[in-house]
Amino acid sequence: MRISRRTLMKNAAALGAFAGAGFPHIWVKNADLARAAGGEIKVGVLFSLTGTTAIIEESLNKATILAIEEINAAGGIKGSKIVPIIEDPASDPATFSEKARKLVVGDKCVSVFGSYTSASRKAVLPVFERQNNLYWYPTLYEGRECSKNVVYTGAVPNQQQDEFVPWLIKKFGKKFYLIGSNYIYPKEENNYCKKLLEKYGGEVVAEEYVPLGHSEFSSVINKMRSTQPNVIFSTVVGDSVVALHRQYRAAGLDPEKMPMASLTTSENEVAAMGGEAAAGHFTSAPYFQVYKSPENEKFVAAYQKRWGADKVTHFVSEACYFQTYLFKQAVEKLATSDIAPPTIRDAVKGAETIAPQGKVRIEPENLHTWLWPKIAQCKSSGQFEILVEAKEWLKPVPYAAYPGQVCTEKGLVEKS
Amino acid sequence: MDQFFEQIITGLSIGSILLLVALGLSIIYGSMGIINLAHGEFVMLGAYTAWLFQTYFGLGLLASLVPIFIAVAVIGWIIERLVLSLLHNRPLDTILATWGVGIMLQQGIRLMFGSELRYVQMPPSLSDSVDVFGLSVSSYRMFLFIVAIALFAATWFLMNRTTIGMKLRAIMQDRSVAASFGINSRRVYGLTFGYGAGLAGLAGALVSPLKSVSPDMGTGYVIDAFMVVVLGGVQSLGGTVASAFILGELSGGIAFLQNDTVAKALVLIAIVVLIRFRPEGLFTTRVRA
Repeated sequence: MRISRRTLMKNAAALGAFAGAGFPHIWVKNADLARAAGGEIKVGVLFSLTGTTAIIEESLNKATILAIEEINAAGGIKGSKIVPIIEDPASDPATFSEKARKLVVGDKCVSVFGSYTSASRKAVLPVFERQNNLYWYPTLYEGRECSKNVVYTGAVPNQQQDEFVPWLIKKFGKKFYLIGSNYIYPKEENNYCKKLLEKYGGEVVAEEYVPLGHSEFSSVINKMRSTQPNVIFSTVVGDSVVALHRQYRAAGLDPEKMPMASLTTSENEVAAMGGEAAAGHFTSAPYFQVYKSPENEKFVAAYQKRWGADKVTHFVSEACYFQTYLFKQAVEKLATSDIAPPTIRDAVKGAETIAPQGKVRIEPENLHTWLWPKIAQCKSSGQFEILVEAKEWLKPVPYAAYPGQVCTEKGLVEKS
Repeated sequence: MDQFFEQIITGLSIGSILLLVALGLSIIYGSMGIINLAHGEFVMLGAYTAWLFQTYFGLGLLASLVPIFIAVAVIGWIIERLVLSLLHNRPLDTILATWGVGIMLQQGIRLMFGSELRYVQMPPSLSDSVDVFGLSVSSYRMFLFIVAIALFAATWFLMNRTTIGMKLRAIMQDRSVAASFGINSRRVYGLTFGYGAGLAGLAGALVSPLKSVSPDMGTGYVIDAFMVVVLGGVQSLGGTVASAFILGELSGGIAFLQNDTVAKALVLIAIVVLIRFRPEGLFTTRVRA
């Protein structure tokens, strides 16, 4: 076949057009233009709606959706609507990872809000780091992580314990019984707690872990009776919290003499165990539903209006709510053509917003959040009474239990 | 010494909860040979029925026990009629079918009531503790112990001293011969499955004030129940009781000396080893094949 100049030109043009369409990143310098195209900003919402942790993650999904709907109703982000793509990872870390890949690679979301458990966060981490995308993690967690691709808006151990442990020693005594569920979070929290106990002259009478989902605490309660601690320091999670509190009460133990001090008992768990089982015990967290601030009153009213008057807000759903607003703020700072995960991350560094718990700020060094620690006691009404409020917000130190290590913008740095 | 007795009582209490949960399974597995993987979901349905009665009709737990038993038994009976009776003599298909039914029940509850934890109130009259030989024991746990024993006695009576029990035992020995004597085996199977399901429902309702209520709460219970039944020996009601209390004392004791994680592992290992050397379980009733 003779190749005429005309057909050659035509073929070359066709090839060029094909390459242009097929490999846009060769031609378009900023491939992420597509990410904010058509006045829509796509974000992923990755909370389990089925499986064991759905019990709590459903409320996180609801708080995130509420914030997105509010932002969209108020005109979106500079005219663009946030479009949430909701996936159900079914409480399974492998599914978390698969769905995260779908949201980041398939749907081209500029950010994903998700995860409750550390296991699920660790499972999605490689996806976000390899794709250089951004994950927004609302849960209090054990710290000891320094990813450039995660914005952590929950408390780390120093923000829950620095004030709490000395306060407990002063009020109740030195003997601590540490009980947690058997996985990484309780172990790291207890690790930090033991350091604080050493510093303030407390002692550990027992340290013990029960299987996840455990619901028979009678032997544990016998041990508590025989060791007579002043404080039961609890990092038991999920439905086990409910079983522990109810059986503690049924066994006739007295919260006035041997209170449980928890980092994980929120309004959500209290609703399931009933106020009478929760009454008298303590929780340390940056947020409680009863906290008085105009922002919180607005949040609680909006949440109950959207999802039902019997629903409660708690310290993880609050973080879901304000982190969505922080996302909005960060995106607002960017030109539409610049909206991409790395630019959003840079824009969120040092960002501040008035959250329901008070004014919060993203620490530029480690992408964790400055929060307002509070100590509260549960009442039989099922709500907490806040006894101690921090006078200043507290800096997040994710490596507080490891003095040799610091999380910086460049990553983890070992100090000698 | 106090600690020792305290631990014995704790073991009895754990055992009585195991017995409650396993009794229904023991009937269904032992007499019908059905491996019912939806057993945990019947437990869950019982707990949800208790929650429904409490929330929508303001009925306390004690007052709603009988309606709960009837409600879950009817559901069990319907499932037997619609699904299991069609799979007679196909044990593998039955396992799959009950598993599927379990998933449907779980997701159905989740769709209707959401997946958050639900609250069932402990009867106020039983929420304090009583003195037993100088030891303080939760009244509710005492109550569970008594109910578990009473339900066992009722079940034993039903199986061994009533006409329907006799018919069931006849079918267990030889279905076709029993049928030729005019026993309606379809009817007896339906009633038996319903009774077993009702017992599971009662168990769910009774443990809900000590534990938590959620759509997937059944998973843990079905494993416990199978351990009890397998250890005790299929077709042996007395074996179920003995094995429930053995497991209760064992896991309670190890949990006290070590912790619950170790207890769980050791108990499971013990059962596996025992099954290796005594596949029929600890106690067996001789049945003509």
